[in-house]
Amino acid sequence: MSKRKGIKLDFWNVVTIVIVLVFAVFLVYPLFSLFLSGFRDAATGEYTLSNFAKFFSKKYYYRTLGHSFLVTTCTTILAVLIGAPLAYLTTAFKVKGKGLIDILVIISMLSPPFIGAYSWIVLGGRSGIITKFFANVFGIETPSIYGFGGILLVLTLKLYPYIYLYTCGALKKVDASLSEAAESLGCNAVRKVGTIVLPLIAPTILAGSLIVFMNALADFGTPMLIGEGYTVMPVLIYNEFISEMGGQANFAAALAVIMVVITAVMFLGQKYVVNKKSFTMSSLRPIQAKKIKGVPNVLMHIFIYLVVFLAIIPQITVIYTSFKATNGAIFVDGYSLDSYRSIFHSLGTAIRNTYLFGLIAIVIVIIVSMLIAYVTIRRKSWISNVIDSMTMFPYIIPGSVLGITLLLAFNKKPLLLSGTAFIIILAFVVRRLPYTLRSSAAILYQLSPSMEEAAISLGDSPLKTFFKVTAVMMMPGVMSGAILSWITIINELSASVILYTGSTRTMSVSIYTEVIRASYGTAAALSSILTLTTVVSLLIFFKVSGKKEVSL
Amino acid sequence: MSVAINVENVVKKYDDVTIIPDMSMRIKNGEFFTLLGPSGCGKTTLLRMIAGFNSIEGGEIKFDDQVINHISAHKRNIGMVFQNYAIFPHLTVRQNVEYGLKLRKMNKAEMKKKVDEILDVVKITDYQDRLPERLSGGQQQRVALARAIVIHPSVLLMDEPLSNLDAKLRVEMRTAIREVQKQVGITTVYVTHDQEEALAISDRIAVMKDGVIQQIGAPENIYTRPYNVFVSTFIGHSNCFHGTLHREKDGLYVVFGNGYKLLMNNLCEECKDGQKVMIAVRPEEFCLGSEGLKAEIRTRTFLGKYVNYDLRFTGDGPLAMDIEFSQDVGQAERIMQPGDKVLLKPNSQKINVFTEDGERSLIKDVKRYE
Repeated sequence: MSKRKGIKLDFWNVVTIVIVLVFAVFLVYPLFSLFLSGFRDAATGEYTLSNFAKFFSKKYYYRTLGHSFLVTTCTTILAVLIGAPLAYLTTAFKVKGKGLIDILVIISMLSPPFIGAYSWIVLGGRSGIITKFFANVFGIETPSIYGFGGILLVLTLKLYPYIYLYTCGALKKVDASLSEAAESLGCNAVRKVGTIVLPLIAPTILAGSLIVFMNALADFGTPMLIGEGYTVMPVLIYNEFISEMGGQANFAAALAVIMVVITAVMFLGQKYVVNKKSFTMSSLRPIQAKKIKGVPNVLMHIFIYLVVFLAIIPQITVIYTSFKATNGAIFVDGYSLDSYRSIFHSLGTAIRNTYLFGLIAIVIVIIVSMLIAYVTIRRKSWISNVIDSMTMFPYIIPGSVLGITLLLAFNKKPLLLSGTAFIIILAFVVRRLPYTLRSSAAILYQLSPSMEEAAISLGDSPLKTFFKVTAVMMMPGVMSGAILSWITIINELSASVILYTGSTRTMSVSIYTEVIRASYGTAAALSSILTLTTVVSLLIFFKVSGKKEVSL
Repeated sequence: MSVAINVENVVKKYDDVTIIPDMSMRIKNGEFFTLLGPSGCGKTTLLRMIAGFNSIEGGEIKFDDQVINHISAHKRNIGMVFQNYAIFPHLTVRQNVEYGLKLRKMNKAEMKKKVDEILDVVKITDYQDRLPERLSGGQQQRVALARAIVIHPSVLLMDEPLSNLDAKLRVEMRTAIREVQKQVGITTVYVTHDQEEALAISDRIAVMKDGVIQQIGAPENIYTRPYNVFVSTFIGHSNCFHGTLHREKDGLYVVFGNGYKLLMNNLCEECKDGQKVMIAVRPEEFCLGSEGLKAEIRTRTFLGKYVNYDLRFTGDGPLAMDIEFSQDVGQAERIMQPGDKVLLKPNSQKINVFTEDGERSLIKDVKRYE
């Protein structure tokens, strides 16, 4: 007995099917072909494990995995050790300039990923400002900024803000009475943090750590610039892929498969742990910042200002050096706008591309996010569950892997997309969708379906209701995620550096190539424009939303 | 273990704003003492000063003879129950209750015995391994109570612990709290804005307004012999009348605004002929009679045991105001209809007479601080 109900082709069913198809073509199929190609022999095309055997048998290759794990783990631990105490101090105690600190922290988090590496090279590299200063004045040789230490320094300062912002968010939900209850039961301040505050925010710190871990593991620009001999996985993938571009990308694909497996395991493991340990908290009376006096107060301020200052140094360096006079690629004494003239003259397309591709991508991100959020929350079915699981992919695919994936999948007809603007925009959308998607879903959960039902009962069609009622009410939530998507789109490097061609290069890519060419002046000018765009976008967002924070 | 609490000339200020100007009270060992007042009267502020969460700007608070002003909260050995319960969400019911004992480094066996006992007393043994999220409001309340009591605190402090519960559960829990408190015999300071709750649960009540104590006394005394008009209207309902005192041969009369006279034999000695006064009569202190205050019934509300009437004065008295009168259904000869004209006779043994400004009672032997 077949129980066939005629499938109604209403608007939402069409949307659901279209989303599934789009995901299948642009995400599942490329990933699938990446996996296949990782298991293929470069010469014969037969299925084989030889690519993996090659990786695990040569020290030159497998040590990169060790490097990646070591530097990533150390970065995560350091980021937690800096970010979590910073968040606790600024929440529990009165800190002068808290508003400014928050904004600086957000800016240092949202700056282009490799600016940190490049600025620290300008400061502490072989011919860096600090290096020279110590060598000339004191005759002291400063420790090398290159290699493990440099990557660790740059990534930690770049990524601790995630922990800071996550922890601040969690601490806001801890009711002051919990802390007082512990005190009333005879608990001193130190033990209170250990037995009550820390366990309560631990799931959040764990979630933040995963973000830091994934970001550090996937980061390409920083280790590429400052790592030198200390090769990590994304750099290896990039090198192997670029050098084997004669159709022998199979080894790079195998490396990418290894990366994806690692990130997938991390991601699922974290989800499992957090789900198991989660509990809901809501606070009527958040913790009030207390005044402290004397030496502890001074030490606290020194710690906070030092961390925030160190993290913002790259921005300061970049903006400062962008106004230095240059002679060719070398800085000379005095100040000028040469670098800016030079980039508008020769790199105008990059600037134009960044904004154009970025705007197209963010519009797509917003529309797709709202539709997916609606379908997966209000139209639950097995298909929408499939969509829901497919939206996990962007979390676990590192940028450089995504670049290779798309390039391998779309380099022949009928889907010959390599070298087009489309493929760059596609990479932007896939990589930065999660921010907006998450915030869209969050706001939709808060909106009562009865609002839509009211509109429909008054005679609106479901389609009209979505655009006139639901979409409008979702907007504030959507935008809080879209701002993050937008800022991270214009700063995207690791996928676009693999996908770009001369006519589709973006500012991030140009900064990277300029730094490689050691043309620091133009790189600084481009970076300043990016940083300025980031700050202006944030300020507009703060102004419009009336908030002073971004929701991660 | 349990102590008396002496509050001596205590002052509380937030920057320049004075919340409590100068407050003194003695809370006896083992007593159930309630701070009652409208919101913003400083009752929670005082409780948190006793707990150690608010600083003390002047005066002293003593546990027995020990000044505790500068002892930090975690060393005061207090048990506190919070308005939102403040159950630790990451610990099970049992772990929540154990928390304070663990800090006191009690050995395992003894701890288990104590926790088992208290879980039994507050009747949550069945839920001991659950996370608090999965408990109802009443159950969370019991956990909070158990956690506060199990450490054998010197005093138990409760900050509007029942305000988040529904009406029925509130009555059930207040009985439970009262029973547990008497069983353990611990000095308890209880904050509430609910006067019925205060009357039902307390040994003594301190009625507060604007950081000043209006009256301290046993529930029945506070209700029947309020020290001032604020107390008489805040606790229960009082109909207030302007009046004068008039001395005649057989004694001192109160004369209501419209001329009705009532002989009083319990006024204090300072009362003088011709003195202007404020008279407070509770709805149940009237009876229908052949003489009294003329009034017309406007609406009535039938409540089962009682009928409440809204009335308006008739005639040409200076007071054209609404009053309330409660009739005991068990005693009433007939239930009246809106529009009926009646004479209401106040019971001279029950009514209260205050100075003209309403600040002081003129009834013999009414004490402000009992």
